Amino acid sequence: MKQEDVMVCRCEDVSLKDLHQCLEEGYTTFEEVKRILRIGMGPCQGITCGLLVQREIALYLDLPINEVKPHHIRPLVIGVKLKSIVEGAKNES
Amino acid sequence: MRANIVIIGGGISGVAIAYNLAKKGMKKIVVFDDNYMSGGATGRCGAGVRQQWGTKGNCIMAKMSVDFFERAQEELNYHRDIEFKQEGYLIIATNKEEDERFSENVKLQNSVDIPSRKLTKKEALEIVPHLNEDIFVSATFCPTDGHLNPFLMTDAYYHAAKRMGVEFFYHEKVIDIKVKNHKITKVITEKREVSTTRVVNAAGGFSKEVGEMAGVDIPVYSENHQILVTEPTEYIQGPMVISFAKNIYCQQVPHGSFIMGRSDPNVAHNHDIKSTHEFLDEMAKTAVEILPPLGELRVIRQWGGSYNCSPDRQPILGDTDQLDGFYLACGFSGHGFMFAPMTGLLLSEVILHQETTIDLEKLHISRFNNKSKAEYEHSVV
Repeated sequence: MKQEDVMVCRCEDVSLKDLHQCLEEGYTTFEEVKRILRIGMGPCQGITCGLLVQREIALYLDLPINEVKPHHIRPLVIGVKLKSIVEGAKNES
Repeated sequence: MRANIVIIGGGISGVAIAYNLAKKGMKKIVVFDDNYMSGGATGRCGAGVRQQWGTKGNCIMAKMSVDFFERAQEELNYHRDIEFKQEGYLIIATNKEEDERFSENVKLQNSVDIPSRKLTKKEALEIVPHLNEDIFVSATFCPTDGHLNPFLMTDAYYHAAKRMGVEFFYHEKVIDIKVKNHKITKVITEKREVSTTRVVNAAGGFSKEVGEMAGVDIPVYSENHQILVTEPTEYIQGPMVISFAKNIYCQQVPHGSFIMGRSDPNVAHNHDIKSTHEFLDEMAKTAVEILPPLGELRVIRQWGGSYNCSPDRQPILGDTDQLDGFYLACGFSGHGFMFAPMTGLLLSEVILHQETTIDLEKLHISRFNNKSKAEYEHSVV
């Protein structure tokens, strides 16, 4: 299968080829790759692509995968509608 | 290692200064940053670019920066799209006092060729039909304001500067600046010593601390400002919508997400950049009140970043009487990203002893010596 046909990040449509080009440019940390390609910024917030990206960086740098830092996890854990947050806040007070 | 100049901070201001200096022929320019590219305030900003300000200094900085953004893709010869979208900023006035102040602002903006105009409620609703018509009385609109991708704009400057020989060291923290007989001699990082007589402080949220390393007192502080982003959705909103009274800015970016932020008037002055549920609650409430259909959108992420604030909320640019060879590009108070092209140009002019494109007196650190003279920027969220 061609690298451009392998999707690493389904939310943001990022292919393995895109990821490798970015690594070739010298961006070899998850945080940098995320900012250049939007990888892990979609609705799943990196739950699907996170390990794949870590593994590709590890292979590229020839490091064990546990030495590649995962990206910083930010809230929210799951997408929540703005109006649900408004309703939820009303019930709290 | 020797350098003609060391720039501390590789965010948008640092890369823009490096690019402008290299373009004017300076060699041996070195940039240090303790984080990854855009890891500080630049990568955490709201990605908006506007010219509708309330002080002349801010208006001119913003106007000339937008002129650059319009040609940046080409001038910097960047291989990705910097995602510059000019669909305007719509600033709503929620009461008579704001309405009057905005009329004055538009006059000031027009005097420096910013194409902003006053809109009636009806005209504003034609541009953003889903605005809640009960919460505002009038609006101002500038069609050439807009959106720009902060990561890619920084990367574009970085690549262009690098091609001209600028050396960048990300993930390398500066720990000291050595001064002897009122002159800079060295910059010390975690990994090396650099001999130099000139240093630029473009350290964003940490510019006060970098000033202290050199014994220079800068009247700035940092405070956390938070943002959230929704899932991408179909295109429904062209301009950024802002209200100072309601405390919100909200824009749909080209990618389809809505990005929005507000400030917390009681926020502490420190380096905190955490996300809070209080922000999430307040932001959701304000967004749904002002732009009701947004209630259906899912929030997928929130984050915080530092505003580096000056006493009058205008940037501090140029040299300082306190130390020869020490240059300041800080105190942007939340709008360093959109002013970066001018920051880069002006700092390069000051450093190379050229005549500056605009008079820098009102942006120089010495303006704070005489407090009664300073103007204050009210148009900040």
